[in-house]
Amino acid sequence: MKPPPHSRRRAPLTHRVAGGRYSFWRLLREGLRGQRGWSRAWAKASPRPRYRVVIVGGGGHGLSTAFHLAAEHGINDVAVLERGPIGLGNVGRNTTIIRSNYFHPDNIRFYELSLRLWERLERQLNFNAMVSQRGTLNLFHTEAQRDLFTRRANQMRLLGVDARAVDRAEVGRLVPLADLDNGRYPVLGGFLQPRGGTVRHDAVAWGYARAASAAGVDIVEHCEVEGLRIENGRVTGVDTPRGFIAADTVCLAVAGHSSVLAAMAGVKLPIETHVLQAFVSEPVKPLLDVVLTYGAGHFYVSQSDKGGLVFGGAIDGYNTYGQRGALPMVEEVTAAAVTLLPALARLKVLRQWGGVMDMTMDGSPIISKTPIEGLILNGGWCYGGFKAIPAGGLTTAHLIAHGVPHPAAAHLDLGRFASGRTLDERGVGPFPYLH
Amino acid sequence: MLRIPCPWCGLRDESEFRYRGDATSPRPPADAGLDAFNAYVYQRDNLRGWHTEWWLHVAGCRKLLKIVRHTLTHEIRSVEAATAASSTEPVR
Repeated sequence: MKPPPHSRRRAPLTHRVAGGRYSFWRLLREGLRGQRGWSRAWAKASPRPRYRVVIVGGGGHGLSTAFHLAAEHGINDVAVLERGPIGLGNVGRNTTIIRSNYFHPDNIRFYELSLRLWERLERQLNFNAMVSQRGTLNLFHTEAQRDLFTRRANQMRLLGVDARAVDRAEVGRLVPLADLDNGRYPVLGGFLQPRGGTVRHDAVAWGYARAASAAGVDIVEHCEVEGLRIENGRVTGVDTPRGFIAADTVCLAVAGHSSVLAAMAGVKLPIETHVLQAFVSEPVKPLLDVVLTYGAGHFYVSQSDKGGLVFGGAIDGYNTYGQRGALPMVEEVTAAAVTLLPALARLKVLRQWGGVMDMTMDGSPIISKTPIEGLILNGGWCYGGFKAIPAGGLTTAHLIAHGVPHPAAAHLDLGRFASGRTLDERGVGPFPYLH
Repeated sequence: MLRIPCPWCGLRDESEFRYRGDATSPRPPADAGLDAFNAYVYQRDNLRGWHTEWWLHVAGCRKLLKIVRHTLTHEIRSVEAATAASSTEPVR
């Protein structure tokens, strides 16, 4: 694809937001005038017959890609097609954690780019996403695990990312609830990324949708893509119940269902689909002010501003597209929860839900061209999709606009599997159910 | 909770089993070339529908089973020994 035209000078996005800019003064004014001056945050668009770019999937990555295409590359001849309403897919099903505490340098750089974008997201979008950098604390329970975490923290520090070791006494101060001497897996210490934290996930979808819509992107809800048209090895558009929509570039941002969409183009992906469950407890007074990760099982928890403890575990472990979850993982997660934080045994679980995700063969995402000309894939997010939304959108938009990968995401290409450059953070090999 | 009818042990809970993935891509011969091995090791149909897969009855008879299961409803259509030759073709 040709580089984008830069002829049109554009006003800063925040001044062109539909329904006006959000501000303290606006809030005060509307408060005094009976809240009658608000309008829809984004336009409900009907699809036009052709676009320069069609993005399949109106989740975090699809909306973020559309926003970055319009904001940074001047491409707003873009449609985002979403099967249901915005915000009901994985962008609204995760545990809202942001962090960049990885080990592989390529992963650290990519997720750190994302974390830096989170830090200025609200100003950029003029939307309160409740970005809260309360710190992410990973606990270790054995000497070997301490060495592993120390190595990981050192790797992060070498790349200029914040991380520090936390001794047992400090874990006790940071998380008074934790049973450090629990009989089974006593806590020896932890490692903290102070800039990690949480973001209100619904607001991320809404904020990106509003900013993209204001920039001229069409957000089309209730428009499921039922087929991809390919001519001479090149994608020409998508078939939907609302007719054929032609496009020069089609971007798949449907993590969880990437294989289903790619199969429409005859492409087989290194992905299996698995369900990951999450839970929220009844709301209680503040009792946990970091994101806490247990090291002897899969359990991570934070407290939402409403007071509920939001927690999750590992994938159920077998291929499924069912957006629910089974009891064995519920048992495993709650067992880990009450081992580490015995007080949780007194809380009721308010809700439990599941989201299906692309688990790749190396546990790392894919932002790549595909064997079909003009078909771009943003998928394979495994557990890490939410925290990667800003960087995923930025780098996917770069790939669409310039036809070459963004330097921060060049390692996430599909070709890495055949050439042996896999990015296996956990070192378990090509077994998606183990990542 | 899946309930898997093991041919040797009877109806058992999923927690007795270990999932071992897609059972439809046989290992290619050693001289099949890079593309064949790339497909074997990494590429999956990842079907939204009937899926043929390996399960190891690790806390039971320790036999490897070949199971046809629906990935949306989780209904199990057939369970047989891994060595049974009858359904090596994927069920659609």
